[in-house]
Amino acid sequence: MISVSQCLSGLIRFLSIMENIEGKICEISGPLVVAKGMRGAKMYATAMVGEAGLIGEIIRIEGDRTAMQVYEDTSGLYLGESVVSSGSPLTANLGPGLLSNIFDGIQRPLSEIRGEAGDFIKKGIHLKSLRRDVKWKFTPEVRVGEKVSEGDQLGTVRETPKIIHRIRVPIGISGVVEEIREGDFTIEDGVAVISGRTITMIDNWGVRRPRPYKKKLSPSIPFITGQRVFDFLFPIAEGGTAIVPGGFGTGKTIIEHSLAKFARADIIIYVGCGERGNEMTEVLTDFPNLIDPSTGFPLMSRTVLIINTSNMPVAAREASIFTGITIAEYYRDMGYHVAMMVDSTSRWAEALREISSRMEEMPGEEGYPPYLATRLGNFYERAGRVICLGKEERIGSITIISAISPPGGDLSEPVTQASLRVTGALWSLDTDLAYRRHFPAISWTRSFSLYITPLKDWFSTHVAHDINEMRERLFGLLQRVEELNEIIQLVGLDALQDTDRITFEVGNIIIEGFLRQNVFHEVDAFNSLEKQYWMLCCIFKYHEESFKALKRGIFLEKILDNPYKTRLLRMIDFRNEDMEGEAKILMGEIEKIWTS
Amino acid sequence: MDLLTREFQTISYISGPILFLEKVRKVSMGEMVSVILSPGDEKRGQVLKITERHAIIQVLEGTSNIDTLRAKVRLGGEVAKIGVSVEMLGRILNGAGEPRDGYPPIIPEKRMEITGFPINPVSRDKPSDFIQTGISSIDGLNTLVRGQKLPIFSGAGLPANEIAAQIVRQASIRQAHDEKGGEGRQFAVVFGAMGITSREAFYFMKGFEETGVMDRTVLFINLADDPTIERLFTPRIALTAAEYLAFELDMDILVVLTDMANYCDALREIGSVREEIPGRRGYPGYMYTDLATIYERAGRIRGKRGSITLLPILTMPDDDITHPIPDLTGYITEGQIVLSRQLWKKDIYPPVDVLPSLSRLMNLGIGGGKTREDHRNLSDQLYSLYAKGRDVRKLSTIVGEEGLNELDKKYMNFVNEFEKRFIGQGEVNRTIEETLSIGWGLLKLMPKSTLTRIRKDFIERYYGTDISNQA
Repeated sequence: MISVSQCLSGLIRFLSIMENIEGKICEISGPLVVAKGMRGAKMYATAMVGEAGLIGEIIRIEGDRTAMQVYEDTSGLYLGESVVSSGSPLTANLGPGLLSNIFDGIQRPLSEIRGEAGDFIKKGIHLKSLRRDVKWKFTPEVRVGEKVSEGDQLGTVRETPKIIHRIRVPIGISGVVEEIREGDFTIEDGVAVISGRTITMIDNWGVRRPRPYKKKLSPSIPFITGQRVFDFLFPIAEGGTAIVPGGFGTGKTIIEHSLAKFARADIIIYVGCGERGNEMTEVLTDFPNLIDPSTGFPLMSRTVLIINTSNMPVAAREASIFTGITIAEYYRDMGYHVAMMVDSTSRWAEALREISSRMEEMPGEEGYPPYLATRLGNFYERAGRVICLGKEERIGSITIISAISPPGGDLSEPVTQASLRVTGALWSLDTDLAYRRHFPAISWTRSFSLYITPLKDWFSTHVAHDINEMRERLFGLLQRVEELNEIIQLVGLDALQDTDRITFEVGNIIIEGFLRQNVFHEVDAFNSLEKQYWMLCCIFKYHEESFKALKRGIFLEKILDNPYKTRLLRMIDFRNEDMEGEAKILMGEIEKIWTS
Repeated sequence: MDLLTREFQTISYISGPILFLEKVRKVSMGEMVSVILSPGDEKRGQVLKITERHAIIQVLEGTSNIDTLRAKVRLGGEVAKIGVSVEMLGRILNGAGEPRDGYPPIIPEKRMEITGFPINPVSRDKPSDFIQTGISSIDGLNTLVRGQKLPIFSGAGLPANEIAAQIVRQASIRQAHDEKGGEGRQFAVVFGAMGITSREAFYFMKGFEETGVMDRTVLFINLADDPTIERLFTPRIALTAAEYLAFELDMDILVVLTDMANYCDALREIGSVREEIPGRRGYPGYMYTDLATIYERAGRIRGKRGSITLLPILTMPDDDITHPIPDLTGYITEGQIVLSRQLWKKDIYPPVDVLPSLSRLMNLGIGGGKTREDHRNLSDQLYSLYAKGRDVRKLSTIVGEEGLNELDKKYMNFVNEFEKRFIGQGEVNRTIEETLSIGWGLLKLMPKSTLTRIRKDFIERYYGTDISNQA
């Protein structure tokens, strides 16, 4: 028996297919196109613009005039050409085949575009995001007759050797499994029937709407980066957000790259938003050859790249971070821990500004639209650690680390300030450090993390009971070194008291041998928390013993002149697993430097 | 095609380089038009924006003499294109690509859109080969790599042009299989000048001719008194020619664009006439994107032998590196070479301030098999000693040189010698081996304990190298 509701939904679907609304172009200004005669078109629906069929998105409706941002270059577009909107919003295609793929800002597959159009990106290319000709082996996990609801797992596909892609009941659907198949299918083939609805392996989702989850959890587990300055001084939580602002040449991109390489996450979504083409080439050529140390498979197999370089159309740049976060949410919903890198949100904000100014909206600060902060908030709030939908109660997370490129390196600008209000950590890059080739050039005076307190318990139970005290001590020492530096600038190093001389020396060991880290060095690139802890133990031991020696009346010159400084600086060469043993030997020796 | 051409006599508004054309049908975005003043007297223009009522057109040669009564506008039916050919090499053209040297026009082998298309990031190949410029502060510390875009940030009165000319003269690609100290492959040069003085233009033309570079060079010159709007086209035309030579004829192209500050000022002028909302210092908000469509055309493409290496030159207003022009450029390019007024005043040439200078792609062009295994370490060590030494120098201005301790005095000596011997090489063309050995010679001025950034085995191998050939 066919129920009334089924009948109605069928009718609505039929109508929505019929809902093609057509108009004519009456204004073109860069990426902004205005069409007339499109009454009934929906806000944020996509549209095909002109004969070339450029893809656009409706962003303002004003009586008969419908304005849209076009994701492709508009030159050559004629007045009077037609615009057709089907009413569907900008969607991401979600399903097996996303991993190790490379998309542009509106999820067009760049490798296939190359195959179709050659080395340069031409206009009006329409290719499906995910390949329809690939067959995936689907293994069912439910039986006919079982009751399922949204988010429940129907079956699995091995997407990469490491990642199991969980096919789940789409949002908004529940009922009884009437049919479930096993075998090799394309993403468009039906793999199950739930109360009359055929379920495929593809899920289309509007990029501007967050995907639902059961419950958001508070941050309590750290996101391990393997980089000392982040993990030890300014840690962020799984599901947290951090911003990395810095002038040009301070190493934003290297930080984003090395996090994408070494951070402990299941899935990496890397969004190259309005940045250099050659940087993306580096990712493209390096990642397939680099091995993920925790799984032993190429890094590329856990990575999705969204690339919209600075010379690609500006409106697609605006869409790119939403495309990225939607894919991130999709994997989060499978119970994975996803890290999303955005390089950089400033370019995204500039795209927003350009479109806004073409629409002649009233500008806010520095020409950015007044809704900049709201949009940023919408984006960052999609991060978090959540209990996913579905009876399996999986926990997944999205951690966002985004670079910001403030004009002139000045952090008082609107994008940095608006981001600071909605994110949890500031990793501020310092031009002076970068000029000295001190990388990562993170300023230890200006950066902060709001996650230190909620993570304290985890650190003291999982690493060492006194690790939190050590962090405080480290902050105190660095602060003191900063003060001493100012004094030295005025009166010279020799004018310091003996104890301050020692503190200053130790401070420099910390800066050179702990905060500085070489991500291109085989051993130094990833440091376990344990290694970080033991390194500091050694340095602090050295500090204490120096003080003791001074108290015993040993001359400062004699204390400062010893080979252990170099040995402390070389601790970076110890492997993670050897560090504890080596540290204990080193500390034993340090104890005896000035006694024998 | 001619059937489609249509003429309109409906100009309604003229201001600066912009005019409005009313009641125009079938006009397309970015289309090229001709403004006809009288038969034979035409100016070229481009459609910038189209509304229901009018099309906004920017006129390349300026709007003088255009009226709203008699002047006609003819739509060209296509976006801006330029005819390209290998015959361009050896020629001097104007900012719009027409002959400036008195010889006949170029017979095109192909017509290409000057705005170009973005290179698909998937098609890009990593810049990789070492380019020897013969300048130590670049080769040794901020290495230029084939396919890179590396600007020179200059200040008014600093010798950026001299350095650019020297690079054009000396640059060669040294690949792994080259013999040690071999000549390497040479570049063909595409030179785009926006708003430079005729004195500067002469300097380049004369320099290129005297040193025999001219046969492999094409110049696009827009002088300071040429139309401003033409400057918006010049770099794009130059890069279109470069793309043709590089990606269709397999040549290695070095593109020099000078002065990008003039280009940006032209962009600002158009923005203000169009009554756009200005961004920082009056420059349009989309300047980053606009500059990116120029700079990002440098690079290499997988499976193609040619390459475009881009060397833009710009003048930092008031030597301010945070000014929007150098700032936005630095965010797009792969590093920057910054010139220093202080060094220039000390008579040090080339006055490269190495601390703010940077080559992001350096690692791709150096190391064993490319330059030498110790290159990276040596460069890091020189940087760190020089940075420390500059601090000491600052300190010595406060406490006096007498107040420095022994080690600090050594740092002071190092800084002075480094600036004199390593940076201040004059017009000499140095091989990379010479550059590296001068570097090691300088390290000898410092006690071994300060060399913390060099691997032990390199110290053993090179600390004792002969430095007899240092300049």
